[in-house]
Amino acid sequence: MSTSSGTPESWISSFCSLLGHEYFAEVSEEFIEDDFNLTGLQTQVAMYKEALEMILDVEPEEDDDEEDEDEEDEEDASGDVQDGMAGRAHGERRHHSRVASDLSVIESSAEMLYGLIHQRFICSRAGIQQMSEKYELGHFGVCPRYNCNQTRTLPVGLSDIPGEDTVKLFCPSCLDVYVPPNSRFQTVDGAFFGRTFGALFLLTFPEYDLSRSGAETAAQLTRTTTDDLVMINGMYARNIAPGLGRDKIYEPKIYGFRVSELARSGPRMQWLRDKPDDMTILDEARWFAYEHGEHGADSEDDDEDENMNVNSNNRGSRHAARRRLAGHAALRQRRQQNRSPMNVDANGAESEL
Amino acid sequence: MDDYGTESDSDYTSYWRDWFISSRGNEYFCEIDEEYLTDRFNLTGLNTEVQYYQYALDLVTDVFDLDCDDEMRETIEKSARHLYGLVHARYIVSTRGLSKMLEKYKKADFGKCPRVMCNSHPLLPMGLSDVPNLKPVKLYCARCEDTYNPKSSRHASIDGAYFGTSFHNILFQVYPALVPAKSTERYIPRVYGFKVHAAAALVRWQNGVRDSMRRRLRKMEVESGFNGEDEIEEEEEEEEEEEEGDDQQLAEYRGGAAAAGPSGLGGDSQMGSVA
Ligand SMILES: [Zn+2]
Ligand SMILES: [Zn+2]
Repeated sequence: MSTSSGTPESWISSFCSLLGHEYFAEVSEEFIEDDFNLTGLQTQVAMYKEALEMILDVEPEEDDDEEDEDEEDEEDASGDVQDGMAGRAHGERRHHSRVASDLSVIESSAEMLYGLIHQRFICSRAGIQQMSEKYELGHFGVCPRYNCNQTRTLPVGLSDIPGEDTVKLFCPSCLDVYVPPNSRFQTVDGAFFGRTFGALFLLTFPEYDLSRSGAETAAQLTRTTTDDLVMINGMYARNIAPGLGRDKIYEPKIYGFRVSELARSGPRMQWLRDKPDDMTILDEARWFAYEHGEHGADSEDDDEDENMNVNSNNRGSRHAARRRLAGHAALRQRRQQNRSPMNVDANGAESEL
Repeated sequence: MDDYGTESDSDYTSYWRDWFISSRGNEYFCEIDEEYLTDRFNLTGLNTEVQYYQYALDLVTDVFDLDCDDEMRETIEKSARHLYGLVHARYIVSTRGLSKMLEKYKKADFGKCPRVMCNSHPLLPMGLSDVPNLKPVKLYCARCEDTYNPKSSRHASIDGAYFGTSFHNILFQVYPALVPAKSTERYIPRVYGFKVHAAAALVRWQNGVRDSMRRRLRKMEVESGFNGEDEIEEEEEEEEEEEEGDDQQLAEYRGGAAAAGPSGLGGDSQMGSVA
């Protein structure tokens, strides 16, 4: 934000330009002025009316205030408003008739109120659009996980209730959440982004190619195949956790030999980064149709899920998925068959133990 | 660059190494013992890997006394750093080296896991290759068993071969008591309290993979290392309860201004894709 511009910065844009507030979108006044969008917030913050006025840069309705207001306009026009502190300074001048304690209450109420409105705004059409622009500009950083290949992340909250946790970054590639790398974000309330935004973003922009890294996107590489455009459970298959799956799982090795699952220090968390080779086995609509034909009964739906779960060695073969465990040997054989030759290394046998 | 290795400083037994490990960006390295460095057996094969090997080794062990120009000096300095890195990869899998790195691990000198569910578990440096100049150093979290990029670009440019592909795994094999308890806790993407269908289906599948691993281990009488053993079935029940809670929350939210969200987007089809 430049301090050289003559027009005074609005409370909202100065709030958004504060250090650590880089993830925030600028909520439109239109959105805030629609009472419907603020339903239920009156009771959430102290001095709600004053806080709302501060956010909107509205002069407080006080009879003895008129002269002061004129003065204030001049001051603002002179452009001496300092970067970042503009909102605070602005508020102080405007409310100098109030007692100081009220002012700090109003200021922090305004920040809280803005955050809560922001949580709703970024889930609205205009808000999510603005966030997508920020996303494309890389304002939210990238996933720290090596196998996510610099996938861009989204700011999210783990709770919708303020004061519970700070903002986190959601990676669409591994569907996991991370602590922002810079400590300045560790004072930003996660509720100001909320639990919904991250997932809603993915559903709203299904056409984003998340499997491309930032560098690839810049180079405008296209590698769309018809296979990529398969829809599963309402999302493009290629966009469901592109950073997970067999070749995206860390395989611990000691001098080239895989650490066995049976070792005390052996791998236990690979499931977290795993994904079926053939994502269509997760397509519940297809499953349903396949199992029940056209007159399937809802009550049997649960059994299918169980089938899917029980067979861990099922890496994407429909037939394997539909059968109950049929003995280890058979399964192992099936797994071997499904495995691409690229992934069979010299130590493959050890790891199968 | 700091001054080092002038004649008068030769009293210091580890002048160069002190300087090296305390330089900005070298926080991941531990100090290699004099003893280790002077045992030629430990350096087997490195003479062909490093340019001006003998001078570089002299520099590292503070016995360098060649009178040479700055350019030559800089070349030898570079070789010395490379040599230190290559010896480091061997040293940290020795008993002394392991315990030094363990101390650094306990102090979280290598940073903390950025994954929220790992609760700032300390990381370990690792290489993706044992061959130098191929891959920069990565960080390993023993809690989620995954690898991460260092935050700082200073660290991101260090050669991963200076730590190697085995060290962090050997550490837990040598000190099994240090293997952190594993957790099934995870992030579930939601929209207005509802799980996203596609992600939820994947989570169920992954839970299946995990549960059968745990059954496999139980059969072999191997500890799975998860918080609360034998809770494979119970977890599913918990999940059900959680979902009820979500519905309630949704009802409350709907009573408020939730409509600003999905209806604002006009996405009936979108709501169709959340569970
Ligand atoms: Zn990721
Ligand atoms: Zn971790």
